Amino acid sequence: MPQTGAEKKRKFRSAKRMREIMTEYYIEAKTADQTGKKVAWITSGGPVEPLIAMDVIPVYPENYGAMIGASHMGSDLCAKAEALGYSTDLCSYARADIACALEDGGPIGGLPKPDMLVCCNNICGTVMKWYEIQARLFDVPLFIFDTPFCHVDFAGEARRYVRTQIDEYIGFLEGVCGKKFDIDRSREVGRLSLKGQRLWQEVLDAAAHRPSPMTAFDAFFFLALIVTLRGTTKVVDFYTELLEEMKERVSQGISAVENERYRLLWDNLPVWYRLKWLSDTFAAHGACLVADTYTTAWCGSMKYIDENNFIDSMAEAYTRIYLNIGVDEMAKTIFEMIDKYEVDGLVMHSNRSCKPYSFGQYDIMRMVQEKKGIPCMMLESHMVDERSFSESQALTRIDAFMEVISQRGPRAGIAR
Amino acid sequence: MKTAGIDIGSITAKAAVLEDGVILGTRVGFTGYNAGMAGRKVFEELTGELGLEASSIAWIVSTGYGRNSVEFAHKSMTEIICHGAGAHFLDPQVRTVVDVGGQDSKALILDESGKVTDFVMNDKCAAGTGRFLEVMARALEVNLDDFGEISLRSENPAKISSICTVFAESEVISLISRGEQRENIIAGIHDSVASRVYAMAQRLAVKAPIMMTGGVARNIGVVRALEKRFGSPIEVTGHAQVNGAIGAAVLACSLR
Repeated sequence: MPQTGAEKKRKFRSAKRMREIMTEYYIEAKTADQTGKKVAWITSGGPVEPLIAMDVIPVYPENYGAMIGASHMGSDLCAKAEALGYSTDLCSYARADIACALEDGGPIGGLPKPDMLVCCNNICGTVMKWYEIQARLFDVPLFIFDTPFCHVDFAGEARRYVRTQIDEYIGFLEGVCGKKFDIDRSREVGRLSLKGQRLWQEVLDAAAHRPSPMTAFDAFFFLALIVTLRGTTKVVDFYTELLEEMKERVSQGISAVENERYRLLWDNLPVWYRLKWLSDTFAAHGACLVADTYTTAWCGSMKYIDENNFIDSMAEAYTRIYLNIGVDEMAKTIFEMIDKYEVDGLVMHSNRSCKPYSFGQYDIMRMVQEKKGIPCMMLESHMVDERSFSESQALTRIDAFMEVISQRGPRAGIAR
Repeated sequence: MKTAGIDIGSITAKAAVLEDGVILGTRVGFTGYNAGMAGRKVFEELTGELGLEASSIAWIVSTGYGRNSVEFAHKSMTEIICHGAGAHFLDPQVRTVVDVGGQDSKALILDESGKVTDFVMNDKCAAGTGRFLEVMARALEVNLDDFGEISLRSENPAKISSICTVFAESEVISLISRGEQRENIIAGIHDSVASRVYAMAQRLAVKAPIMMTGGVARNIGVVRALEKRFGSPIEVTGHAQVNGAIGAAVLACSLR
């Protein structure tokens, strides 16, 4: 079907540039053995800046997991891991990555082999075992960056404990790379990282505008760079351009969803293999998912970063990320987002694959209903493993949720 | 003005015709493999029975899993909203609706105007649904329609601990082979459904009066087991199974 002018307008021109950068990045990583660069596999919430400062290419099995999900390879790879003896209850990123590593399967012909692994458990406990398995398989050194759970405060002992590990981490990198850590370079990387995070937050903030120039589905796409390459000029340049495009869209009144009537907040990881279906299903109700807790997590702890002392302050920033804080703290973040983006409802994805993210959702939902009085829905699904998705159930739930919202009418007290 | 509601569930198709706030008639048929055809058939049978021309029905709303297959409906709405509207139509005092159908169970909260303010549905699992009861009836070689009455005779309900339909069936089979009395097994099955549905409903702020709708509401054993769990009487009308269709017909009135 030919695209209408409005549809063309809604497309992001930055999407092309983003794909180019990601392709260059993966080519560079896949050819590292020819260029003499080292490759480190690192968890999505891991402190990547020291790697960038050491000129190591960071590779993210979780970003790859998202790619696997979006290319509909998840169920197959998960089933392969299950045949190896891994439980169906294990994280699907872990299952898919383990299966890929053994088979050289998956998108882009598998990830480049790592020279080292960096595992930070601020996102979950699964990564520790997952990375231990990969360290044995590839026979490479593994650094575990242990961030104690932060129920409320980042107390003195925890602060010292995490700070000590930064020195150990640097020592580990010096050992594997066979060169000294350049502190001046690391300051520059830290500065770029913070700048990238600020820009990313500004990009997300653009969705506070009515109608929203972007949806959470766009954010899921544009997220890849802040995850993989933060601390580089590429990221800063790209998000500067993207922010420019957002501002243009706002000034031209381009809305991500035609005739936006309702604004929703998404919680948890995306359902990678159903992005389009979910986006279309919500859009058919005039609903725009304007924001989400997931993509916000990569700039959510900026407030703890000291621009002039990145290395010291990153101890706190990496410990107090969204998945490593108590349920009350998570709820606070959600309340703030509900107000900031003026949403009419909350869509929670109960993600069977990701326990730390899904745990506490019913409590948060209750708090949201009590404090904010907006309808909430729970979508039971799975980020990568399509075998756990049931379309007709999901559709009934979404349709019913939108009926409840439309019976209430758009958010009270807000002029349209 | 006459309106109709067509509710295509996973097992049965239901139709209801309303005129100015009065139910003219309702009908239940099997869904079979063609949801669209089942909807037309049950609608035509009902209008035929009522001696009405199909064209005399001003507005038609479809609901249920097959809601989008009913081509002659003016609008489709989910069974959540329709069960809410149906329950409110039958008894405006009702604040909580527990609907247990063939492949899903749900609970919803209504405000005083009959609007759904919150709802919850079962996860991807047949436990706590009509399908679960069907599987058990087959294992026990008992007509499902007799399940309710038989279970009321039980003095010592058996314990069915698995929430998985398949595993629960093997539990039932081992109870049979141990010589457990049929009424106790059936009462145990009803407890199992009730505990599942109750746990789900607890995610909501349940308020009395509670009404149960859906085909499973015809089973007095499940209703009693749920009453015990909720600690409150549960209202069941003669229209429980067609409540979704009635609600759809009620909502169709607002289409004009």
